Amino acid sequence: MNEITTTRSNEMIDPVMHIWGWEVGVYLFLGGLVAGMMIISGYFLVKGRHTENTCSCFRLPLLGFILLTAGMFALFLDLEYKIHVWRMYATFQIASPMSWGSWILILVYPALFANILIRPAEWMMKRAPFIRPWSDKISSIPAILKAVGMTNILLGLMLGIYTGVLLSAFGARPLWNSSVLAVLFLVSGMSSAAALVHMIAKNAEERVLLAKADVNFLLAELAVILLWIIGLISSTEAHLRAAGLILDGPYAAVFWVFVVMIGLVIPAIMQSLAVRHKIHHFTAFPVMVLFGSLMLRLVIVAAGQYSHWTRL
Amino acid sequence: MARFSMVIDTVKCVGCMDCVVACKTENHVPERFDRDWIVQDAQGKFPTIQLEIRSERCNHCDNPPCVYCCPCGASHIHNIGGVVLVHHHKCSGCKACIAACPYDARFIHPTGYADKCTFCIHRVETGLDPACVSVCPAHCMYFGDLDDANSAVSKLLQTRKHLALLIEAGTRPCVYYLV
Amino acid sequence: MQITTGTALGAAAVRSIGSLTEQLQALDRKASGAIRKTRTFCDVCFWKCGAIAYVKDGQLWKIEGNPDDPLSRGRLCPRGTGGIGAHYDTDRLRAPLIRKSVRGEEQWTEVTWEEAFDYIAGKMKTIKSGYGAESVAMFSHGIGGTFFKHTLKAFGTPNIAAPSFAQCRGPRDVGFKLTFGEDVSSPERTDIRNAKCLTLIGSHLGENMHNTQVQEFAEAVGNGAVVIVVDPRHSVAASKAKYYLPIKPGADLALILAWMNVIVTEELYDKEYVRQYGYGLEAFAASIAMNTPEWAYPETGISPDLIRETAREMARYKPASLVHPGRHVTWYGDDAQRSRAIALLNALLGCWGRKGGFYYPVSMNVPNYPYPEYPKPARGKCDNPGQKYPFAMETLTTGIREATLTGNPYPVKGWFVYATNILHAFPNEEETLRAIQNLDLLVVIDVIPSEIAGWADVVLPEPVYLERYDDINVEWFREPFIALRQPVIDPPHNQKPNWWMAKQLAEKLGLGHFYPWNDIEEYLDTRLKSAGYDLNTLKEKGIIHGEKKPIYFDEGVPAEFQTPTGKIEFYSHQLADAGFDPVPKYTPPEQPPDGYFRLLFGRSPVHSFSRTHSNPILFDMMDENEVWVNQDIARRYGLTNGDRVKLKNQDGVISNAIKVRVTERIRPDCVYMVHGFGHNAKMLKRPFGRGASDAQLITKYTVDPLMGGTGMNTNFVTFETEA
Ligand SMILES: Nc1nc2c(c(=O)[nH]1)N[C@H]1C(S)=C(S)[C@@H](COP(=O)(O)OP(=O)(O)OC[C@H]3O[C@@H](n4cnc5c(=O)[nH]c(N)nc54)[C@H](O)[C@@H]3O)O[C@H]1N2
Ligand SMILES: Nc1nc2c(c(=O)[nH]1)N[C@H]1C(S)=C(S)[C@@H](COP(=O)(O)OP(=O)(O)OC[C@H]3O[C@@H](n4cnc5c(=O)[nH]c(N)nc54)[C@H](O)[C@@H]3O)O[C@H]1N2
Ligand code: SF4
Ligand code: SF4
Ligand code: SF4
Ligand code: SF4
Ligand code: SF4
Ligand SMILES: [Mo]
Repeated sequence: MNEITTTRSNEMIDPVMHIWGWEVGVYLFLGGLVAGMMIISGYFLVKGRHTENTCSCFRLPLLGFILLTAGMFALFLDLEYKIHVWRMYATFQIASPMSWGSWILILVYPALFANILIRPAEWMMKRAPFIRPWSDKISSIPAILKAVGMTNILLGLMLGIYTGVLLSAFGARPLWNSSVLAVLFLVSGMSSAAALVHMIAKNAEERVLLAKADVNFLLAELAVILLWIIGLISSTEAHLRAAGLILDGPYAAVFWVFVVMIGLVIPAIMQSLAVRHKIHHFTAFPVMVLFGSLMLRLVIVAAGQYSHWTRL
Repeated sequence: MARFSMVIDTVKCVGCMDCVVACKTENHVPERFDRDWIVQDAQGKFPTIQLEIRSERCNHCDNPPCVYCCPCGASHIHNIGGVVLVHHHKCSGCKACIAACPYDARFIHPTGYADKCTFCIHRVETGLDPACVSVCPAHCMYFGDLDDANSAVSKLLQTRKHLALLIEAGTRPCVYYLV
Repeated sequence: MQITTGTALGAAAVRSIGSLTEQLQALDRKASGAIRKTRTFCDVCFWKCGAIAYVKDGQLWKIEGNPDDPLSRGRLCPRGTGGIGAHYDTDRLRAPLIRKSVRGEEQWTEVTWEEAFDYIAGKMKTIKSGYGAESVAMFSHGIGGTFFKHTLKAFGTPNIAAPSFAQCRGPRDVGFKLTFGEDVSSPERTDIRNAKCLTLIGSHLGENMHNTQVQEFAEAVGNGAVVIVVDPRHSVAASKAKYYLPIKPGADLALILAWMNVIVTEELYDKEYVRQYGYGLEAFAASIAMNTPEWAYPETGISPDLIRETAREMARYKPASLVHPGRHVTWYGDDAQRSRAIALLNALLGCWGRKGGFYYPVSMNVPNYPYPEYPKPARGKCDNPGQKYPFAMETLTTGIREATLTGNPYPVKGWFVYATNILHAFPNEEETLRAIQNLDLLVVIDVIPSEIAGWADVVLPEPVYLERYDDINVEWFREPFIALRQPVIDPPHNQKPNWWMAKQLAEKLGLGHFYPWNDIEEYLDTRLKSAGYDLNTLKEKGIIHGEKKPIYFDEGVPAEFQTPTGKIEFYSHQLADAGFDPVPKYTPPEQPPDGYFRLLFGRSPVHSFSRTHSNPILFDMMDENEVWVNQDIARRYGLTNGDRVKLKNQDGVISNAIKVRVTERIRPDCVYMVHGFGHNAKMLKRPFGRGASDAQLITKYTVDPLMGGTGMNTNFVTFETEA
């Protein structure tokens, strides 16, 4: 038998590391969601559909702005040295995903603003009339429209990928330590964004379009999860043990039930039936998707901290 | 350029924790936190037991993920001896470095910044050994410069069988254990 | 799968700011204020290591070994290093206390020192007039007791005892004195450093942190000495051993006899040495003739082959082959004879007085203070009526307790307790408490509200060792030296040093003339001057060395033995005449009933007995003890690591809940815990109720017929799982 004892008992580290709670999970979820929203609205812009009054995508930039801010607040809550949050912006650390992330977020805001300007809500223009001429000017120049669209898509992609890289860069935590995580979080961001638009969309055509998209995103997400797990179990013994955490370990139940079943499989099936007009669209499905992708972040954040190179 | 390293002789170590206590007092490590700790690793069935006792701490890795992941440049490689340090004044307490360390060598000091073993650089720079090294009643800890072939640490590594922790994690640790 | 892209760049980026942070740190360091160093010696145990304490900006910062000190060689043990915590201990006694309700209820009134001494002196006088001065007894442990002992001797009592004899090393010193005419004493005269083969029987060096012993042990291990460890538990020392003998508890004498049997029958002993210095080898050889390894096997559980192999290994390295005499040897009541057997084994190996064996300790000559003659007590000591224990060469703590209980040979009505927590130190707590009920006065001098303090009539708070002077340590060691304990920092509250208390009390008792000096500095300086030194130099250096002297026979130490025959006594007429075995004989100890396990106990490297658990630094290192339970037994009782169980002993006494440590590192017929935990003194807030107390479970003890030591490894416990 093998008897290992340690005298260390550091808060947040022992017996099992727990430095990041729901805050980081929520931050990654909202970050991914907004990323998806930017890509979608950017896509509609590039497609030049900003003239369609019915198109709900133009509620996205403002919504994204709010959600992203909420996400950053969650991250702020997690900091142990809050008054030093600005330190992140006193430097750029090229090797630090978190540094990249904080700067990407800074760039995301102007992009969102630009996008907001293209189709400002009526109440905005009432409050700040000077917006109108600007907005008219911009939306009259196709080049700018395309540019804004492309930057939103680009920054959306970067943001979405970043939320995954943030974790996957931690070689010390076998469960996270997989480049697939970046893709997973991106796709999951797309699917949740699609679900959200689908939810708020009034225009039937748009709703169906996004429902279709969503189904594809969900299937893609399932595939990526499979890839991620295969990657883990085909890697070192430590990674294998890490995979165990979500396959049959302490986090398995939450993972299979909330993330896979409720978050992916069921909505995927239901949505595809809905788009085939076999059943009606229920807001329940997109809500499940959103819930699922939040759980995905929470489970991975928690289980990843549990996973370790040495057997505990 | 010097490369500081610690070599610990597990054959002599008795696991007394003096190194832990000395670190506490020397560095004012707060209650309930440890910069170094003792691992006892026992294998076998009574009465044939193999017991390895290790005094562990930050490995001051040559390839330190804790430094690379730091968004504030607070975690850094000191310009002397490749010692990995945290600049308290720059730390935001984001805990990325804690997640990045496969040895769980770091913790958040009650005042909010990331803390860990400093190799007692404040002592080393005045010509002293680290507190844990100079207190060890088993005289089983050695500190010195790996780039100097004649240093005690270099000689020990040349002559004695040794191991380092979790080399598979790719961090290139600079604390060695003689076995 | 690791993502390491751009890490090189990262490193570069970070290095560039490295220099800047370096400078800032340099500034931090400069900012740190003035540092005062004071040389003193440690008192977290009785080893008395020389130390240097650092005070930074008026705050006690750290304490390190004094490189000039031969005991510490500049390195303290973990308890010494954490010793500064005693100064910061929030549970400390702060002012003199007088009991205001029933004993043991810990209800107190704070009083002035004046009131405290009036009360004590008053009681002492009534006891003296009613029963005689001898009816006041004292328990004292450590150098701090010097002055209280002085006051009590002046008062006229001979009844002063320390647990270090009847509960610790007494049997060993008796066994060795009977054999070599000299005892092992403390610090042990063992030449571990130079041993080529070291045999440890129990002696768990590495957990037992007596500094020099551990340092030399590690040195010997590093030099590749052969280590043989005999222990029912796989101790840290066992993990360093070439031969680990997992002996059946209590069978050590059988093993030692078998070893000697092999060494004698195979003629492996140091013939020249034994011929020159030995007496009675033939009778000895005859007596152990039947103690073959085959005979010992069923007793010890150690195979005959292993016994022979280890005996030969020992002999191979003679005379640099040391069988450690142990220190805490009060195990089974046959301890003096077991220790004598160990002495004889060492004699066969010819290592007494030889390099790598036992050296002859040397010291400096510092005359005592020229005090007036003490009054001659009207009656002899009360601890050993009719010399029941003929070889008790020191006063028996438990003998004084017995006299207090029975009033025989005469009533004992007053106890002084200095620096000993007798409720943890003596076996059978209940006897101690009953004895206390017979007292008219119980004075406890302590630094924290210990269990015994809780039962006192008067509690006198003392500054910790870092805050006071004590008497000079005139050490007996490899090399002669003297050391000074001096204040490093002021006591935080109204605590007063022992010398001051003892002097005040003497004056209240009208014994002022026994204190011709005004304060301790004057006392110390007088003593030092009479030896040709002075206090200021010693304050400065902490330690003064004498010139080296020979410590081995071949360095010129005369090979003389203070025994009746003037030789090493393989056969002892003293013992025969007193009706004991002239050569040790083995009788197996009582075995545990079914479902019970022998309770063994020992040390944690980070604690001393029951005295360090409220020290915040050491408490932080270990805040409760665990009970070691063999894997298979645990499985049988459905116990898993970290479970909490209560232990019930053979007399139905039930312990605090204690954490289970399931391990392969102990025999299935015993369990083990670290001594001193399980505090139940209300005012010990930090460690209160943490872990279990072995002392509480030690209701049964076997008294050593030779010298009155209390064998305490004689209790059996079972698991009270409905805890
Ligand atoms: N850290 C620390 N060190 C200390 C002290 C302290 O309080 N703390 N106290 C000091 C003092 S005063 C003393 S006396 C010493 C005591 O320390 P030692 O002299 O070493 O005391 P022992 O009782 O021999 O040590 C206990 C060991 O004996 C084993 N043992 C129990 N029963 C038997 C048996 O029947 N046979 C054999 N062969 N082994 C057995 C136990 O498993 C345990 O490993 O420690 C000294 N050093
Ligand atoms: N059950 C059991 N009993 C044992 C042992 C065991 O292992 N198990 N070990 C035995 C051995 S080997 C020994 S040596 C003895 C040791 O027995 P003790 O010497 O009694 O050891 P402690 O239990 O630490 O009690 C010391 C007391 O002195 C107090 N004290 C500490 N420093 C000072 C000071 O500077 N001034 C004053 N006035 N008081 C102070 C402490 O607070 C504590 O109350 O116990 C023996 N009894
Ligand atoms: S001080 Fe030395 S012997 Fe003690 S645990 Fe630390 S390294 Fe081991
Ligand atoms: S041990 Fe951990 S904290 Fe220390 S340098 Fe290596 S990775 Fe960084
Ligand atoms: S906690 Fe401090 S040191 Fe660690 S990564 Fe964050 S900012 Fe850097
Ligand atoms: S080197 Fe200094 S900081 Fe590091 S563990 Fe040793 S004492 Fe503590
Ligand atoms: S052995 Fe440790 S506790 Fe005892 S005196 Fe020396 S340093 Fe102090
Ligand atoms: Mo002792």
